[in-house]
Amino acid sequence: MAVNAVGRDIPSSIPGYKDDVVLFRGATKRLPKGNRYGKKNRTTFFTKTDKTLPNIKAAIRESGLQSGMTISFHHHLRNGDYVVNMVLDACAEMGIKDLVIFPTALFGVHKHLTKHIQKGVIRQIQGSVNGPIGQLASEGGMELPVVLRSHGGRPRAVISGDVKIDVAFIAAPTADKYGNLTGAYGQSACGSLGYAHTDADYAECVVAITDNLVEYPAPYIQIPQTQVDYVVQVDKIGDPAGIVSGTTRVTRDPMRLLIARYAAKLIESSPYFKEGISFQTGAGGISLAAAAYVRDAMRKKGIKGSFGLGGITSFFVDMLEEGLFRQLMDVQSFDLAAVESISRNAAHVEISADWYANPWNAGCMVNMLDTVVLGATEVDRDFNVNVNTESDGALLHGIGGHQDTASGAKLTIITTPLLRGRIPSVVDSVYTVTTPGEVVDAVVTEFGVAINPRRQDLMDAIKPSKDLPLVTIDELVEKAKKLAGDMAPIEHTDRIIGVIEYRDGSVIDVVRQIKKK
Amino acid sequence: MMALRRTMLYLPGNNPNMLMRGHLFKPDGVILDLEDSVSLGEKEAARTLVRETLKNVDFGECEVTVRINGLDTPFWKRDLEEVIPWGIDGIRVPKVETPQDVKLLDEAISEIENKHNLPEGKVQITCLLETALGIWNAYHIATASKRVTAICPGGEDLRADLKTSRSENSEELVSPRRMVVLAAHAAKVDPLDTVFADITDDEGLRRETQWVKQIGYQGKSVIHPNQIPIIHDVFTPTEKEIAQAQKIVQAAKEAAEKGLGAVSVDGKMVDRPVVKRAEYVLQRAGLLEGGE
Repeated sequence: MAVNAVGRDIPSSIPGYKDDVVLFRGATKRLPKGNRYGKKNRTTFFTKTDKTLPNIKAAIRESGLQSGMTISFHHHLRNGDYVVNMVLDACAEMGIKDLVIFPTALFGVHKHLTKHIQKGVIRQIQGSVNGPIGQLASEGGMELPVVLRSHGGRPRAVISGDVKIDVAFIAAPTADKYGNLTGAYGQSACGSLGYAHTDADYAECVVAITDNLVEYPAPYIQIPQTQVDYVVQVDKIGDPAGIVSGTTRVTRDPMRLLIARYAAKLIESSPYFKEGISFQTGAGGISLAAAAYVRDAMRKKGIKGSFGLGGITSFFVDMLEEGLFRQLMDVQSFDLAAVESISRNAAHVEISADWYANPWNAGCMVNMLDTVVLGATEVDRDFNVNVNTESDGALLHGIGGHQDTASGAKLTIITTPLLRGRIPSVVDSVYTVTTPGEVVDAVVTEFGVAINPRRQDLMDAIKPSKDLPLVTIDELVEKAKKLAGDMAPIEHTDRIIGVIEYRDGSVIDVVRQIKKK
Repeated sequence: MMALRRTMLYLPGNNPNMLMRGHLFKPDGVILDLEDSVSLGEKEAARTLVRETLKNVDFGECEVTVRINGLDTPFWKRDLEEVIPWGIDGIRVPKVETPQDVKLLDEAISEIENKHNLPEGKVQITCLLETALGIWNAYHIATASKRVTAICPGGEDLRADLKTSRSENSEELVSPRRMVVLAAHAAKVDPLDTVFADITDDEGLRRETQWVKQIGYQGKSVIHPNQIPIIHDVFTPTEKEIAQAQKIVQAAKEAAEKGLGAVSVDGKMVDRPVVKRAEYVLQRAGLLEGGE
């Protein structure tokens, strides 16, 4: 055991993860060494002009997939995805076992995998878990710990060789027979394929699975034929209703609006609110409402932004079209308007997760970000943020781009209600550290805004007002305690069921098995 | 500065979330409600919750009132006993019909103030006039006790008593609203308007607020926090109005210093009522101390 830079006891060896665990020492402390990983060379002559195979099982056979290997997936089809389940069903039927699955994220629809976990088809998940699978893992239902990485940490792990992908199964809303892929068209269109790029570049074998096989060459190619080994056509790769939402609307919930208004006011009062501002917000209620207030302020003051980043919604598309952004940098398209915009507007650019957030390249997008508005399940006196575990200690959420954008942005704002029900969100010490307080600049609640004392420059620049009530983080903790009373500590065993990597591959925290209720 | 009552936000007495957070939306006042938003079976629990809220929550600059149950119910005295000791600004009482109702309430409040060694007469009364009789007696109700600080016309209850129903423009409430505003100003208390029920119709709320402001109301009851900024916007003087008012007040001041009676601003004669009106605009904008 040794204590890392956020005060967590981390074993030097974690079975099923690493024998030589690297401790988190600080947000900019771990630097890369050596060369990038590279997959084997290959050649395809003019004699082969068709990469299609009749079904998934044929692709699994041709790919050379065997028990114990690592397979990857992207999550652009979100809760509408059929591909992960179809591939694992096929593996199970073919007697393949002990797989490590390496998805960019899993959703509720992947509850289906539970039986494959229980029967040993899946031995480990390296990727976010949520819902029923998160609950299963949290209660000790998986043999090896889940390994969570951020959207930037994942491509870092692949490119540096920490994780070797044997076969990448890439859901492709449109493909041609020679392996050109796009997410912009087709019945299962999802827009950007940002999270799939690194897998296409680095996996030993790349299998595209599509439900829209078109004449060669496919339009608006995002992943080119040079990366793709096989193409399989199926009836449906997903349910459009679960892939993209309709128009994204701003919430009318008054508390969320209040928090959003404070967050927007903080941005407006900061030195970063000027011509050329860039920002990222999630599609969650508070984040999106904050974006709406910032947009209104931009209009009022005649300020034009440079770029909007991240998961892109209709809201950002409208801002682009109105001239409030020069470009959108899109790693993931959240709704129909974003899907339609990406192929039609040259200023709406698809970016890979590597380009978006990988700390180990020559410069990712988040480094150029002025401000980001993020959520949290908990934040503590040191401004450490937990987005992974719930109040009962269950590992139910992925990291997403949280660590990456917080680390890159000049102004990182965490928004959260002070209490959810009667459970405080601002606490003495978070149960799980996802993002270290050293990269968090402010916490915004309905009871006021706390600026990280590390940012004296920000405190000097900002005048408190009725629209921006400043408080200390300690005041927020005390207020929450006063309103909610003391919480009983979470009961857990010593067994580690989850490893939370920081984006540089060091371990920032671990999650332990909870006692079953 | 004169206390503003542009927005008085109802907080259901059985909803800890709203009781705890309502003031954060910065209404001019909060009304912790024991009446309509609480079902019969929950009266006791809500009373306890409201009492604990009064003890523990710092409402900042908000005026704090409690809407008690009607004088025709078995609850109102217990309501008073539980809330008055905790330093509230006022009581809002539903369905007041006669000056005798106010006197009864006044005495009950005094008794509790005395019992708890509180300064007598500090707790104010806002009367809801929700029947035709109450509206008819508005002036006498407003002057029945020094505690009365505001009167409000009813909405749905009043419609029922008038044997009518809601129309698109609330035509049926035009006369009652005008009677109440007249009585209130005659009695030197605040006329406060009833709630706007459709919480998603921002434009409708804005129109209605503009109208009631124009006929002399000082504010509205509010049932959803999202209504607050809209009503504040309507009741806050525009920059143009403020500039004009400053000009008038300045001119009047200079005239007084020179011993002149009449003043002229932009070529127009300005007399006392116009100056008074300008001073009122500046008070509303928070730029002038004083008030009635």
